[in-house]
Amino acid sequence: MIERKRPAKNRLRRTMMFMNAQKPGLIKDAYIYGSDSIILDLEDAVAENQKDAARFSLYHALRNIDYGDTEVLVRINGLDTPHWQEDVRVCVAGGADGIRIAKCESADNVHQVEEAVLKAEREFGVEEGRTLLMAALESPLGIMNAYEICRASDRMLGCAISGGDFRKSMHVQIQRDGIEMNTARSMMLLAARAAGVQCFDTMYPNIDDMEGFKAEVIMDHKMGFDGKSIVNPKQIAFVHETFAPTEKEIAYAEKLVRSCQAQADAGIGVYTVDGKMVDIPFFEDAKRIIALAKACGVYHGDL
Amino acid sequence: MEIEKNAVAGTLESSDAQVTVEPADILELSIESIVANQYVKQIKATIQETLARLGVERGRVTVIDKGALDCTLKARVECAVFRSCGRSQAGIPWGGMIDD
Repeated sequence: MIERKRPAKNRLRRTMMFMNAQKPGLIKDAYIYGSDSIILDLEDAVAENQKDAARFSLYHALRNIDYGDTEVLVRINGLDTPHWQEDVRVCVAGGADGIRIAKCESADNVHQVEEAVLKAEREFGVEEGRTLLMAALESPLGIMNAYEICRASDRMLGCAISGGDFRKSMHVQIQRDGIEMNTARSMMLLAARAAGVQCFDTMYPNIDDMEGFKAEVIMDHKMGFDGKSIVNPKQIAFVHETFAPTEKEIAYAEKLVRSCQAQADAGIGVYTVDGKMVDIPFFEDAKRIIALAKACGVYHGDL
Repeated sequence: MEIEKNAVAGTLESSDAQVTVEPADILELSIESIVANQYVKQIKATIQETLARLGVERGRVTVIDKGALDCTLKARVECAVFRSCGRSQAGIPWGGMIDD
């Protein structure tokens, strides 16, 4: 029996890999690929008449397979289905790190799941507040309400846009330059940052189009996402590489952190580093970059 | 639990097992496995323990194993038994009758 440690709300989540919870061949070795999180799926990947079987399979996977440091999240069925409450029970009883709420559209949706989670934590003797939540925003309404959704619970680790459903509801197709979801991605990022939670982009569906995938990952990184959903292990490496700070960024961040300390001690607010004006927000960002570099395993300095 | 009607759970995909349960007067267990030579005793023990935990005392249980882990075997047996009673959808005793 596996006892997983209390999940951390803030952690490295560059990649979240989806796995069908009903397929033993997939979930038994899901952790070996090295994605930061895996999402065991009870929703769309599982046929309607196999929802019950997927839960039994999920429960024993959670209790018996040692996923190590890989975060284990479960995507539950939508609140408009008869499945989600039992989904919540099995997630909590099995000790999943968190629950991804599919088709989330309002703070009230989050409250509904939170209530069911708390009830399940009490039922199964799990530490109250242990189980994290995240929201998948799949509709225009979900995007419009992103800020209140992200702030709806202390358990919220972040939100993600789900491209498949979202594009359908907007009557658009996936585009090479991402123009069809540009506004939604941007609004969700603003909402998540304003609420102080993480933000993740949708998966790239064309597994064999690595060029298109890479372009999207680079765009995600430039836009400020914390990570991305993925559907195939071969997508992991490029995301991790892209989201890790470069040597140049790390060197500059180190310089900033060191100099800022000295300047603050000397009572100076704004000053220049390498000819660029910097002040306190730069210092905070530099610390974030060092922390990210450490988490990505690419920091070799002594800060 | 009593096996009330025929029920199946699982698939014939690699690493999975298909479990069929049918009402019968005594407990009959039949196992077919691609790894029978090495593991048939362990597979049998896992299935018997799971049935005992569920309190299943009679019924015909047929397992076609495609190299499933113990945790998968348990999950498939449990699901088939709960389906046979029409109780597989909600209110499952996780951590109780369903346990490691």
